[in-house]
Amino acid sequence: MAEIIVVTSGKGGVGKTTTSAAIGTGLALKGHKTVIIDFDVGLRNLDLIMGCERRVVYDFVNVINGEANLHQTLIKDKRVENLSILPASQTRDKDALTQEGVQKVLDELKKTYDYIVCDSPAGIEKGAMMAMYFADRAVVVTNPEVSSVRDSDRILGILQSKTLKAEKGEAIKEHLLLTRYSPERVEKGEMLSVKDVEDILSIPLLGVIPESKAVLAASNQGAPVIMDSESDAGQAYSDAVRRLLGENVEHRFLTASKKGILSRMFGGR
Amino acid sequence: MSQTDLFVTLAQPDQPFDPLKNDKTTPPTTGNMHATDAALDTEACFKLKGSRVTMTILELYRYDYQSFADTLAATVQSAPDFFNQTPVILSLEKCALDGFIDFIELGELCREYGLVPVAIRGGSEEQAVSANVAGLPKLPAATGKEKSTDLIPDAPVTIREVEIEVEVPVSANRIITTPVRSGQQIYAAGGDLVIIAPVSAGAEILADGNIHVYGPLRGRALAGVKGDTSARIFCQSLEAELISIAGNYKVNEDLQKEHWKGNIQARLEGDQLVISTL
Repeated sequence: MAEIIVVTSGKGGVGKTTTSAAIGTGLALKGHKTVIIDFDVGLRNLDLIMGCERRVVYDFVNVINGEANLHQTLIKDKRVENLSILPASQTRDKDALTQEGVQKVLDELKKTYDYIVCDSPAGIEKGAMMAMYFADRAVVVTNPEVSSVRDSDRILGILQSKTLKAEKGEAIKEHLLLTRYSPERVEKGEMLSVKDVEDILSIPLLGVIPESKAVLAASNQGAPVIMDSESDAGQAYSDAVRRLLGENVEHRFLTASKKGILSRMFGGR
Repeated sequence: MSQTDLFVTLAQPDQPFDPLKNDKTTPPTTGNMHATDAALDTEACFKLKGSRVTMTILELYRYDYQSFADTLAATVQSAPDFFNQTPVILSLEKCALDGFIDFIELGELCREYGLVPVAIRGGSEEQAVSANVAGLPKLPAATGKEKSTDLIPDAPVTIREVEIEVEVPVSANRIITTPVRSGQQIYAAGGDLVIIAPVSAGAEILADGNIHVYGPLRGRALAGVKGDTSARIFCQSLEAELISIAGNYKVNEDLQKEHWKGNIQARLEGDQLVISTL
């Protein structure tokens, strides 16, 4: 039975697409057939992060409109087996996403894939609504600052009321993913702590992704950061994927690394 | 004798009559912060309420004065203590006759033997009219769920005891067990609102009665929105953006000065919103 996971946040720029790419790739690396769908029609980004932008021929809206079939449109990842990408249209707007159309595509994908990761656009408008409507689970991406937390709270309210599961009286399984976390800045009181955010949102914590240069580097290279297993962000995403699959993995990267006397003398990194 | 279970539903208002409470669907706008005229309830001299009573049913199969009188006399003789100003409902649902019945005459006869007809059930239009003339209203037909027992098993006229289901007033209180998120609005019309979860900043909870929050209250809470000055707000951790009772409010800035994050109740003393530790 395929599972639909929406990656959403409300606020823009918090790392939804980075997370979608990382989690989708992570699931595929674990041997699950996975497809990542870009719902950000008009502001297509996922293909860049995944490094397949030069291979886009047809897009999600073409499939919805019946102008292309899924087989023609899905882009198979060259590095990871079991992973495909369904790119968004860059020339259309979100109104091209109809509920019937999205449902038709998801039903078709459910036949072949184990996990369908929906990369939601920012905001609470149609694109975001369509991305979450059919979801079984939600990964709510939040930065440790008040406006992001407030928007995530709003999204959680919508997940509980305006989705298919909610309409059927069931509940979407919610996961909190805290990104761009900097324990040093938390200690200085410049940033909300994990506990602060958990306290406000009161949903289970899937993972904490530390602020890392590796994320930007990975985006620019078009390789999901989870494939950089040397980096702290890549490892944190790997942990999060394992937790998503039900494993019990201890949280890492929550405290500032103690600087040794040498690194203090020579100015750290 | 086979019995079918029957129910009569008496439609009763479950609320005191209050013209302000007619519109239960739309929450009042929170911009409307002035206190409304209070104490509407305290001046009323009565309230209509629903209730459940067990009633005796007299099931009439046919009617002519003489045989009814004879049968009634015989029935009463068999159980004289039972009939002592006993209210009865005249059921015409199994009555073969659908023409005129003189309910004034029938009523007098019944009262003579200690039965007091209070209403009819079933029967034709014409019978309903003549019953109305005799001061007997017509109840809606039975719904088929009624518990009934033969009171006097072998009596010629079947007299049964039935329980009349009066619509039980449904409590207007609301209980919410999931977090109330930013952007959500929850309104308990005509009752109390109980929330057993956090209320996020940017959420709004409203009630005509009291508000209880078993968790941190970080959003806006407005109790007594229709002007009930006796309404109160209770919460385990006061971190609200605004609290208001019957239009008298305090904003976050004022709330931070005292009892912040406290386990508190808020009530009105005159026009003054008073917050105290629980």
